[in-house]
Amino acid sequence: MNCLPVNDISNIEMSLTLTLHTAPEVPLEAEAINPDRLVGLSEAEIAALSVYHGNQQAAIGDFFSVSGKGNSEFHIEGDLTRVKLIGAGLSRGRIVIHGNVGLHVGAAMSGGEIIVEGDALDWVGPEMSGGRIVVKGNAGHLVGSVYRGGRIGMRDGEIIVHGNAGNEVGNGMRNGLIAIGGDCGDFTGVNMLAGTIIVLGELGWRSGAGMKRGTIVSMHDVELLPTFSYACTYQPTFLRLYLLHLQELGLSIDDAYISGRYRRFSGDAVELNRGEALLLKS
Amino acid sequence: MWASRVIITAERPQWAMAAARSMTGFATSVIGCKCEAGIERHLTADETPDRRPGVSVLLFATTGEGIGKRLVERIGQSVMTCPTTACFAGLAGENEVVVGGQLRYFGDGYQISKRLNGRRFWRIPVMDGEFLVDDRFAIQPAVGGGNILILGKDTQATLRAAKAATKAMREVPGIILPFPDGVVRSGSKPGSRYKSLLASTNDPYCPTLRGIAPESKVIPDVDCVLEIVLDGLDLNAVHDAMRRGLRAAAKRGIKQISAGNYGGSLGQYQIRLYDLLKDSKPANDEII
Repeated sequence: MNCLPVNDISNIEMSLTLTLHTAPEVPLEAEAINPDRLVGLSEAEIAALSVYHGNQQAAIGDFFSVSGKGNSEFHIEGDLTRVKLIGAGLSRGRIVIHGNVGLHVGAAMSGGEIIVEGDALDWVGPEMSGGRIVVKGNAGHLVGSVYRGGRIGMRDGEIIVHGNAGNEVGNGMRNGLIAIGGDCGDFTGVNMLAGTIIVLGELGWRSGAGMKRGTIVSMHDVELLPTFSYACTYQPTFLRLYLLHLQELGLSIDDAYISGRYRRFSGDAVELNRGEALLLKS
Repeated sequence: MWASRVIITAERPQWAMAAARSMTGFATSVIGCKCEAGIERHLTADETPDRRPGVSVLLFATTGEGIGKRLVERIGQSVMTCPTTACFAGLAGENEVVVGGQLRYFGDGYQISKRLNGRRFWRIPVMDGEFLVDDRFAIQPAVGGGNILILGKDTQATLRAAKAATKAMREVPGIILPFPDGVVRSGSKPGSRYKSLLASTNDPYCPTLRGIAPESKVIPDVDCVLEIVLDGLDLNAVHDAMRRGLRAAAKRGIKQISAGNYGGSLGQYQIRLYDLLKDSKPANDEII
């Protein structure tokens, strides 16, 4: 996927920009903020689209000023901490959020790209099946996870968090890539079915609990559950591809990570035992 | 003709080259080897997908299906077996053959699939760790069987010219010279008096048959003929390599440079040597 640099603001003037003028008092459910719905609409048409402010129906124009024309890329400015579901169901195009963003950004998206210049609250990209989410700051809990009561979390795509992330990153993940530039909370990769989670910082407790398949990588040592067994120390070639890919995406990857040797642990033995944790050998 | 490019990487360049040599062994002619393969060039670490040193290999066969079968056989037996190697598709395109997706069964259920950036890889457990291979390799229509014939006064002069020609031709990207060190002495013509043979010796160019063969093309003062066969990913690459080869082979002791024509009936391309030399500059030591 070829992407424009996030700081390439020359493109902003040509695309749609939503600027928050009234901060919502309660969470604003803004599924409508999605290129799939906005392409080709005029400023007035976009401003009239409905959103839910708490349990009250409102319009995008009640909270955002709209400028430009809806095309495949648009920008959102302001503190969006109370704006939920931006880019939910996204299948194409690009959203750049110049600030923090609220819950469920990119939920169930299947394509396109979302860039968050600030922090993101919980549930980044839950049950997504394609596309890419990049969070330049920190992310909350349950990045790329399954919703409560569901069985399968992230099915494909990429989530890149430059900062830290909370608990249960990749809960129930089935495919795709989650990369965390900082530390992770507890239960990273819990109930993971497959896919890859790379944590450049430290892992929390009970990583990989209940995982069937999949890969959890950390550049720091961690005490794994007793149901993970040591296999060997080696240089996994596939990991070089992943780390080089993340480097291209702007994540800071030390050369020692790329050429390093990793201790491989198999787990979780309470499940299929076909998952793996790869810990960089210092 | 169809072709595919294979990128072999390894921890050290010599292991990548060892795998590449093994993979391209016994692959001189589609007639007898089912494919033609050769080493295109060395790759630096910066040029490979996993940033390890590597080698680029080109493999040609008459059908896309044939490419798939040969890749599975040769990567399975020659690359996967070689310590520390990994194997990647070197072309992009819609026409693909499944390679890693077949080799994965060697993993006996312990193989692991990874998908990154729209590409699927297989991690096959082996005794030094894992063999990583692309699930699919792109293939493309290509040009096979380009050739030049160098007619020299004796073996030494003809070998010298052939060596200079192969060196010049190898500098063209997208080209391989599938015969031993790029040179073939047993050039063939299509067909044979024996029904079971698809090809037989190129008697018009055998010096020992001058006076016997009905249409000998061995001119006076020529006692040795060597052929350089080349395959290319496209016609331009073949043109470029042949042009360089013609220029480089024009050395003292060479009486004539020609090409196999076979009545103009073999293959879909006809490359005229005089046309190739138009607008190209002679080499410094070229004998006109």
